[in-house]
Amino acid sequence: MQASDRFNINSQLEHLQAKYVGTGHADLNRFEWAVNIQRDSYASYIGHYPILGYFALAENESIGRERYNFMQKMLLPCGLPPEREED
Amino acid sequence: MYLYSLTLQRATGVVCAVNGSFVGGKTQEIVVARGKTLELLRPDEAGRIQILHSVEVFGAIRSLAQFRLTGSQKDYLVVGSDSGRLVILEYNVAAARFDKVHQETFGKSGCRRIVPGEYLAVDPKGRAVMVAACEKQKLVYVLNRDAAARLTISSPLEAHKSHVICYSVTGIDCGFDNPIFAAVELDYSEADLDPTGQAAADAQKHLTFYELDLGLNHVSRKWSEPVDNGANLLVTVPGGGDGPGGVLVCAENFVIYKNQGHPDVRAVIPRRDDLPAERGVLVVSAATHRQKSLFFFLLQTEYGDIFKVTLDHEGGERVKELKIKYFDTIPVTSAMCVLRTGFLFAASEFGNHALYQFQSIGDGPDVEASSTTLMETEEGFQPVFFQPRPLKNLLRIDQVESLMPIMDMKVTNLFEEETPQVFTLCGRGPRSSLRILRPGLAISEMAVSQLPGTPSAVWTVKKNVNDEFDAYIVVSFTNATLVLSIGETVEEVSDSGFLDTTPSLAVSLLGEDSLMQVHPNGIRHIREDGRINEWKTPGKKTIVKVGSNRQQVVIALSGGELIYFEMDITGQLMEVEKHEMPGDVACLDIAPVPEGRQRSRFLAVGSYDNTIRILSLDPDDCMQILSVQSVSSPPESLLLLEVKASTGGEDGADHPASVFLNAGLQNGVLFRTVVDMVTGQLSDTRSRFLGLKPPKLFSAMVRGRQAMLCLSSRPWLGYIHQGRFLLTPLSYETLEYASSFSSDQCAEGVVAVAGEALRVFTIERLGETFNETVIPLRYTPRKFVLVPKKKHLVIIESDQGAFTAQEREENKKVFFEATGIGENGTANNGDQMENGGGDNDEEKDPLSDEQYGYPKAVSDKWVSCIRVLDPRTGETTSILELQDNEAAFSVCTVNFHDKEHGTLLAVGTAKGLQFLPRKSLIGGFIHIYRFIDDGKGLELLHKTQVDGVPLALCQFQGRLLAGIGPVLRLYELGKKRLLRKCENKLFPNTIMSIHTYRDRIYVGDIQESFHYCKYRRDENQLYVFADDSVPRWLTAAHHIDFDTVAGADKFGNIFFARLPQDVSDEIEEDPTGGKIKWEQGKLNGAPNKVEEIVQFHIGDVVTCLQKASLIPGGGECLIYGTVMGSLGAMLPFTSREDVDFFSHLEMHIRQEHPPLCGRDHMAYRSAYFPVKDVIDGDLCEQFPSLTPDLQRKIADELDRTPGEILKKLEDIRNKII
Repeated sequence: MQASDRFNINSQLEHLQAKYVGTGHADLNRFEWAVNIQRDSYASYIGHYPILGYFALAENESIGRERYNFMQKMLLPCGLPPEREED
Repeated sequence: MYLYSLTLQRATGVVCAVNGSFVGGKTQEIVVARGKTLELLRPDEAGRIQILHSVEVFGAIRSLAQFRLTGSQKDYLVVGSDSGRLVILEYNVAAARFDKVHQETFGKSGCRRIVPGEYLAVDPKGRAVMVAACEKQKLVYVLNRDAAARLTISSPLEAHKSHVICYSVTGIDCGFDNPIFAAVELDYSEADLDPTGQAAADAQKHLTFYELDLGLNHVSRKWSEPVDNGANLLVTVPGGGDGPGGVLVCAENFVIYKNQGHPDVRAVIPRRDDLPAERGVLVVSAATHRQKSLFFFLLQTEYGDIFKVTLDHEGGERVKELKIKYFDTIPVTSAMCVLRTGFLFAASEFGNHALYQFQSIGDGPDVEASSTTLMETEEGFQPVFFQPRPLKNLLRIDQVESLMPIMDMKVTNLFEEETPQVFTLCGRGPRSSLRILRPGLAISEMAVSQLPGTPSAVWTVKKNVNDEFDAYIVVSFTNATLVLSIGETVEEVSDSGFLDTTPSLAVSLLGEDSLMQVHPNGIRHIREDGRINEWKTPGKKTIVKVGSNRQQVVIALSGGELIYFEMDITGQLMEVEKHEMPGDVACLDIAPVPEGRQRSRFLAVGSYDNTIRILSLDPDDCMQILSVQSVSSPPESLLLLEVKASTGGEDGADHPASVFLNAGLQNGVLFRTVVDMVTGQLSDTRSRFLGLKPPKLFSAMVRGRQAMLCLSSRPWLGYIHQGRFLLTPLSYETLEYASSFSSDQCAEGVVAVAGEALRVFTIERLGETFNETVIPLRYTPRKFVLVPKKKHLVIIESDQGAFTAQEREENKKVFFEATGIGENGTANNGDQMENGGGDNDEEKDPLSDEQYGYPKAVSDKWVSCIRVLDPRTGETTSILELQDNEAAFSVCTVNFHDKEHGTLLAVGTAKGLQFLPRKSLIGGFIHIYRFIDDGKGLELLHKTQVDGVPLALCQFQGRLLAGIGPVLRLYELGKKRLLRKCENKLFPNTIMSIHTYRDRIYVGDIQESFHYCKYRRDENQLYVFADDSVPRWLTAAHHIDFDTVAGADKFGNIFFARLPQDVSDEIEEDPTGGKIKWEQGKLNGAPNKVEEIVQFHIGDVVTCLQKASLIPGGGECLIYGTVMGSLGAMLPFTSREDVDFFSHLEMHIRQEHPPLCGRDHMAYRSAYFPVKDVIDGDLCEQFPSLTPDLQRKIADELDRTPGEILKKLEDIRNKII
């Protein structure tokens, strides 16, 4: 990489994308966006104990089980990814 | 509008807990995180949990870990929070607070996906700490100490891996080799790209070891191996010389021992045999016990069963067998701590926490599951079953109350007491309860005995100053005195030397060992050897008031003459001085003799001319008036209270010695002022209204310190708690006269007279704001209403995935018959459908649901009931169990305008409700009930089917408004069913609350905040004229005034939405009521928008809101209750001056005393929306805990003295509670 490339917008974006999970890009599709939002949400539920408690009350499960369920859902939060279109 | 936010009851639930030796030395303490507060607890000798320290950190604590540097005697605490920082705390015993040793910033604040803080792991030798996030990031800090033996921390070493979800981390015990951390990880990168789903199905969790190379200062992935896909928790196995090392991987249904270079040792977790087959068994909390030669693990499943796991290993190397033995069953915990003293602290997820004592450690050879008996079949591993049984190894010895979760709350004065009561619905499933909270301290009554006649006063007296306990209780009547001696029993005696034919004015111990009785005609001095000296009043004068301590006596004669006596060296009471007061003396008091002094210097005299004088008792200026204070009303009673100087006792903060003059005035006000120790000048006055009767003041002992009892129309206790003076009401009836009491049954009690009875009681749980009365319920309570006039409560309860009471009874019967547990148990069960609240319950009921939880049914099965309860007696007068999978969700009382039936009860229910995979239901219903038997029972009038869950019901203009999904509908009462009159289907999601005021309807949507509606009777139309522009996920709502509603959202914010005044006026003046505008529409929303005028982040899910006043005559505030079991209040300020003062105080404390766990205070309170017009009282109340220098600095900035600031803080608190 040349010195001049280091500061252009693309490499800065790449840097952000590498550092912060979920930083978008121009070709982001609906599915990727949704997956990212969902994972953020689940992580937030897990981090806020009162919210976990609130869900646990609604589903009548233990808080520990609720946390585990949310972790599990982080694998495929929006179902299977769509088929890629050939371009 | 500016509000002052104050937490009244700190969160009572527990997020996580660790034990260790934080004070240093041999004792063990427990640190619990209760969401945003950190508390240090310790069980005392009697096995009661005591709170040593409690601090609000203004951030969400997510994880805790404790570590100790080798050779040190004291543990440090590591806190993982939402601050994006790693904080290491040390408990400072001298100052009784946590000191921040290190604070290392590593990321953004907030609970984020890739910012560490969720998990913490420490190396067992205290050499390194790992802090990890849910995804990707893991940081390792090296801990060491410098030349001065201070803890040092390195810069972070990264152990990140992208696209990896982390389930658990722990530190491996590998002696003094390089520290290793283990993590359960799942890589999702391929699953995100594979549309066939093959990669997702193949996704495999791995157990990864991260090694910290202390030489290279580098972290590397040392080893990674696939692990069971249900893995969720890691537990360190002791290593080094003590055990085989490695980890226990807790997975759904299995416990697996794993280590590098070691084959897996797997055993199956036993299942309850009534568990539905599709449900797994997950371990939710774990505790390790280790001694020199022995270690074992206690793992608790999500159903509450604890299993003891032991490892059979050869010479600390190879693990031959992993055994799982059923230990006991206790309510599901969020954390367990095994203490060296043989206690188990169990922090419950919901409901009261408990302290158990180990009776045995489950040593028997009969293990339920073992790795050697593991059977693998074609369908997988064969399950093992067991039956829960009553506690065998544990014995509960103490409980810590927890309100978590508060489901609903109402503040009302149902019992017509002096202050309103707070009715809260708490708990879940079998541990649910209605708790009646009263502001004040709880009392435990030891004895009540009737006396012949109405006593006017009571004293207790010791025979000798060195005695530990009191010898006599002396009761005075209008014309006689009764002497009771305290021994094994309390009985009347006549050989005490006291004169019993006259009333008494004072009885006390004088000098070392002589007694004094003051009666209207003289002073009777009873020497230890039985000699009696009488001093008679001159002429026809009688004694009216007395003040005395062990050396000095001052009497006031009728007419206003004061005579001062002092004890001389021979033990004689000698008259020293006389003084003529201008008029009759209303009251007088002498402070106790200060330690190491001959006499007390001050005499306080109250007169009927509304003045209090301080007189000197020193020989050189005896009976000189030192200062005069005028008060608003004649004083009734005086008490000089000396606060001893202390530096960092049990209760913490340093305070210099000072003397307070307390005066109870005839208008019911307690007046407090500081007496200068040298000059006797009075300064810094505070007053507080206590009740309708003039307060009488008495000295008492609380935790070995002098405290003050004030008896007005209710009793109060003034005492020092954690460095602060608190004046708190006692939850007890009106008392006439009181005295402290000490015997071998009760060390610090109070004896009091009221009516014709003598009462002995002790004061419990000091420092608490509320005391509670618990009434057990059957299922998770959802909502309740007060039935006006009848003063009954109607509570709706429902539980998902549970069996009805009848089914459970039958199952139990079958079980008891099968196992042959005593007939007794079965017989008791027949009528024991209710969950007992008490401790004796377990003995009666061998398998109480409260302890064991309800058996799980399939998840679409619902049970529910409607209960009518008389809160005075705590008795359920009627209970209707709903049939056929129907569950109640909303309730309200309604008066239809045809008046035929009077007040009716409407209950909204859903049948066969299912949330997953998609919300679905068979049908919703609105039941209409009529009250029968004078409001004690219910009778179904009719039942109307609707097309969704009616989540909100409300009476409106003699009709019933129902929110059914997105539809707001108006019903009229019909003969056979409710009749639809009008509806509006245009609400965005689901209506969760409806409030009405005049012709306006305030509708709360579950996702889209408030909508203001109007009903036009002439056109029979419901329309929305204003809504909110912010998508709020409402959890609670309350109507404040015509234009304003208060709401709380799921993320822990409270806000006020107000319709701007001009818009409101325009709508009211418009003959069409703004309907034309509504018809035009505006971007799919209402034509007008409300403004959010108040924003505040509570940091806890608020479940209920109410506008109420907790003290008589106090201003109304907004009271809220939360999931974590805390109660708080928001009080509107009445003056601009106060707003300025408190906002400046808040600003200075923010700067000078940042929160303990590293979260910026302003950022925390603005976590979702910038905080607006709310001053955080919890932060302001940290002012007294600052160092005196800092207090002075802040006070100088505010142009005040620290005393004035403390007074302001006290004043505003007294306006709320």
